[in-house]
Amino acid sequence: MEFNIIKDDELDLLVNSLSDYGYDFTNYARASLKRRINRLLTIDRIPSFAELFYRVKNEEEYLTHVIEELTVNVTEMFRDPYVFKFLREKVLPVLATHPFIRIWHAGCATGEEVYSMAILLEEANLLHKSLIYATDINPSVIENIKRGIFSLGNLKQYSENYILSGGKKDFSAYYTAKYDFAKFDNRLKSKMVTATHNLVSDRSFNEFQLIFCRNVLIYFDKVLQDKVLTLFDESLEKLSFLVLGSKENLGFSKVANNFMQLDKEKIWRKIK
Amino acid sequence: MAQNKIEYKVVVVGGSAGSLDIILKIISNADATGSILYIIVIHRKNDTNSMLPGLFSSRTKLKVKEVEDKDYILPGHIYIAPPDYHLLLENEHTFSLDASEKIYFSRPSIDVTFESVAEIFGASAIGVLLSGANADGAHGLSTIHRAGGFTIVQDPKSAEADYMPRQAIDKLKPDIVISADKIPDFLKNLILTPHNN
Ligand SMILES: C[S@@+](CC[C@H](N)C(=O)[O-])C[C@H]1O[C@@H](n2cnc3c(N)ncnc32)[C@H](O)[C@@H]1O
Repeated sequence: MEFNIIKDDELDLLVNSLSDYGYDFTNYARASLKRRINRLLTIDRIPSFAELFYRVKNEEEYLTHVIEELTVNVTEMFRDPYVFKFLREKVLPVLATHPFIRIWHAGCATGEEVYSMAILLEEANLLHKSLIYATDINPSVIENIKRGIFSLGNLKQYSENYILSGGKKDFSAYYTAKYDFAKFDNRLKSKMVTATHNLVSDRSFNEFQLIFCRNVLIYFDKVLQDKVLTLFDESLEKLSFLVLGSKENLGFSKVANNFMQLDKEKIWRKIK
Repeated sequence: MAQNKIEYKVVVVGGSAGSLDIILKIISNADATGSILYIIVIHRKNDTNSMLPGLFSSRTKLKVKEVEDKDYILPGHIYIAPPDYHLLLENEHTFSLDASEKIYFSRPSIDVTFESVAEIFGASAIGVLLSGANADGAHGLSTIHRAGGFTIVQDPKSAEADYMPRQAIDKLKPDIVISADKIPDFLKNLILTPHNN
């Protein structure tokens, strides 16, 4: 890490040039972006910023790689299990009254959160009338959702999370283990729709009763957070639900008055 | 040429196994003038209903806060890195969080916060590395050292788990290596003494 520390003006230069290719990182939180770039320089053994810059400008594949590496795709199943418990107990009964349920996972990464939700819906006998939209800026992680394959090494923890979320079944009934992988049951993905969607530049594409956007806003500055929260506000029906990450908030935003926080977990209801 | 005296603005403390007692003592003894801010990074299990803020609050009049996304950085506060996030500083006034890969099996990582403090606060930072059975923190402490900050390592002989302080001593020449029971008073005096860079 010590040699390739990117300087602030170099970061500006890179961010400007990425936006020429349609990837606007201008309003991303700088500290994390900088770490990502330093990490990239180390992992790819790139000796200087100049070389990184040159490759971004001249190699299309490398540009894609940079976009993928700048985003943080770390996720898990039933992350913050009590959020899922709250959804089970308080939110799903409300959604159940709708003839048709539309859910959006914005910034879903490799899809662990999406599969967790599908399991919840299935257990509440609601999956058949649901549609789950799973979107992310990063096309390569979206591919994984279609496969429904997750690393077996994490399943013990996911199964513990599942139980904490109020799950009563044998978690292993949801997947088949093979080598180092767990392949989740195809019926869980039967109601998933996957697409790339950039929260910075793309618009709303439907109305939802529930939106998840967890651990994505932490990468944005407040200006961009406000813009994205407005996008969610416009994409939510009245009395629908919004779930943010455990350390995220919407209190500062201009849409704050349209929402009421339901719990100490980060779940809000749109009240107007 | 006359040098300007630099005043310390931030004390950042990293600890793992066996560090909680000494952290509590540092907090009980924290500077009450309100001109310093404290940032505490402890490895711990990812339990959402964390007891640390309550535990710390009972020891000090300073305001204790487990950091949330984009919280302001204010003097006279004690900030705790939240479980399952790396704690970064955007600038002197704002924190940010990052859910990226664990480092040395740890999130929050001490290295990440130390490096960020070094970059933002440079010579006005004091870094303290305590007991732990993990290599986290040594690299971060060396960045604080290079940025002109003051570095304190708990004497491995006084540590419940000596691996972490030993790693640091191998990696850099800390400004001081002292036993756990001396750290709170040492810190207190250090803060009161402006220094040359
Ligand atoms: C840390 S993951 C969060 C995954 C999951 N929601 C969770 O909480 O476990 C953040 C995700 O946000 C995505 N992301 C970052 N910027 C984005 C943008 N502008 N539009 C859509 N997704 C974005 C990243 O690609 C990454 O997959």
